[in-house]
Amino acid sequence: MAVAQTVTRSSEIARLQEIAARMRIDIIEMLAKAGSGHPGGSLSAIDILTCLYFSRMRYDPNRPDWPERDRFILSKGHAVPALYAVMAEAGYFPRQELMTLRRLNSRLQGHPVSTALPGIEACTGALGQGLSVAQGMAIASQLGGGKFHVYCMIGDGESQEGQVWEAVMSAPKFKLDTLTVILDNNNGQIDGHVTEVMNLEPIDAKWRAFNWNVLQIDGHDFEQILQALAKAGETRGRPTLIWARTIKGKGVSFMEDNVAWHGTAPNAEQAERALAELRAQYAQLVGGR
Amino acid sequence: MPAKATRDAFGEALASLGDRFPDIVAMDADLAKSTKSEIFAKKFPQRFFEFGIAEANMIGTAAGLALAGKIPFACSFACFISSRFDQIRISVAYSQANVRLVGSHAGIAIGEDGYSQQGLEDLALIRSLPGMTIIQPADDLETAGAVEYLCTHKGPAYLRTTRQKVERVNGQGYRFQVGKPVELRPVGKDAVIFCSGGEVFYSLKAAQSLEQEGLDVGVINVHTIKPLDAGAIVLAASRTRAVATAEDHQIIGGLGSAVAEALAEAGLNRRLLRIGIKDQFGESGSPEELLAKHKMDAAGIAEQLRALLR
Repeated sequence: MAVAQTVTRSSEIARLQEIAARMRIDIIEMLAKAGSGHPGGSLSAIDILTCLYFSRMRYDPNRPDWPERDRFILSKGHAVPALYAVMAEAGYFPRQELMTLRRLNSRLQGHPVSTALPGIEACTGALGQGLSVAQGMAIASQLGGGKFHVYCMIGDGESQEGQVWEAVMSAPKFKLDTLTVILDNNNGQIDGHVTEVMNLEPIDAKWRAFNWNVLQIDGHDFEQILQALAKAGETRGRPTLIWARTIKGKGVSFMEDNVAWHGTAPNAEQAERALAELRAQYAQLVGGR
Repeated sequence: MPAKATRDAFGEALASLGDRFPDIVAMDADLAKSTKSEIFAKKFPQRFFEFGIAEANMIGTAAGLALAGKIPFACSFACFISSRFDQIRISVAYSQANVRLVGSHAGIAIGEDGYSQQGLEDLALIRSLPGMTIIQPADDLETAGAVEYLCTHKGPAYLRTTRQKVERVNGQGYRFQVGKPVELRPVGKDAVIFCSGGEVFYSLKAAQSLEQEGLDVGVINVHTIKPLDAGAIVLAASRTRAVATAEDHQIIGGLGSAVAEALAEAGLNRRLLRIGIKDQFGESGSPEELLAKHKMDAAGIAEQLRALLR
């Protein structure tokens, strides 16, 4: 089911688009500096993360332990450059720390580490595990009267892990309307397209069969993302899946839908080409205001 | 005092602590009747979560509950808990989540179900993870003390319980102190047995029978396998001429290995006998038959020590 188009204030959309455009620049810069990492899935996820962190979630970067904060779990932990970018923007740590990604003694580990960096909610990166962890937090919220919401982003390749489906089975049993899962369906994984490596389709039929509230969106359409997140928040008695169709490497022409960019950082020349494109996109957004 | 399985003592203790610790939640994977988490579930149905036969999901969910401030006790057979190693490794241990994993049906002494249900490698697996606390109580009193301790412990922990009834080895009024081995029988001039769980009672019986033969053997109950009190182990071993370990687990990776590491690292040169499953698979049989076959009952322990001290 496509989310109904209703009008979100265009100034709000423009604000979020500008942030996302800057986040894409940060992602490429930190990956180029690190010399390794995962651009494709970071760029497919960043529009959704931008909406979560700068429009939807309740949190306080100065109190990362605030018990009633909303939680975000990046189960597809390899996309953590996108998460670090929004966390720096949100004020969890200084922006210049982004350039320490993947370095010895950095808090910005190659995959998310909650014990290293306040604001990261759990250690993820071993695929398939984050949804169960998010479910536990959502149960804790439910036990306390539903004071916070838990968002969990999973990958489509990740959904080949059996544990994902154990959690897909259990969350509706526990009636977890405190839980929203976002599937970053970019159709790319290391060995090829997800549809070829191990096809997940039909995705909506599978989740619906387990009694999830399923909302299908274009994961790069900010209005659709915001509407779906709002609908998920209003849903009672069961968890919501936001099934987001996305483009791996979105925003960098030579990375888009090219699985070679799943886990390869751009070299200096490639980074310059990518940054030129992303800076032009940003300039257009700012200029068009 | 009649013998009691430590799984029963666990379930009763958890249920009795539920009012005092409102953040306790229990979870199980279709074995609540066996692990005895069901005792808690009956008293606190809103704080019990049944996952069906899906241990990985249960353990990951326990991590999330713990990271949100709850005190989750996630229960299954020892073999099914520890075989979800990646979930324990990343979601629980690496996240330093206050999860209490409870593995019941530890060891070969579960009997007839055979190897696939016998937790024989759980200590080896879980002991390898940084920051894990591992407790294996020897009787009902120790279990109750350990469960109470785990309600305030910071960090991930693993509690290993028995299916079979075990005789009480501690005195009335026993107080559990995490990490501190308990000298149940003074270290003798001939040997000391470091033992844990269901093997503690058999080790005591073996030491008593060896005494009849003029052999002076002490017994130390090592209920906390990690962190191991290496200083206490080395000190006790230094006061005698031979060392044995006894556990219902593979001799690789569990208490036997931990003691060997402690002695070797201290440079203490003692003969070391590791009693347990000697790099073999388990099998079906009655608990008594299996313990006898692997020389893990009182007679078997005495026989192995006799050979060591000859």
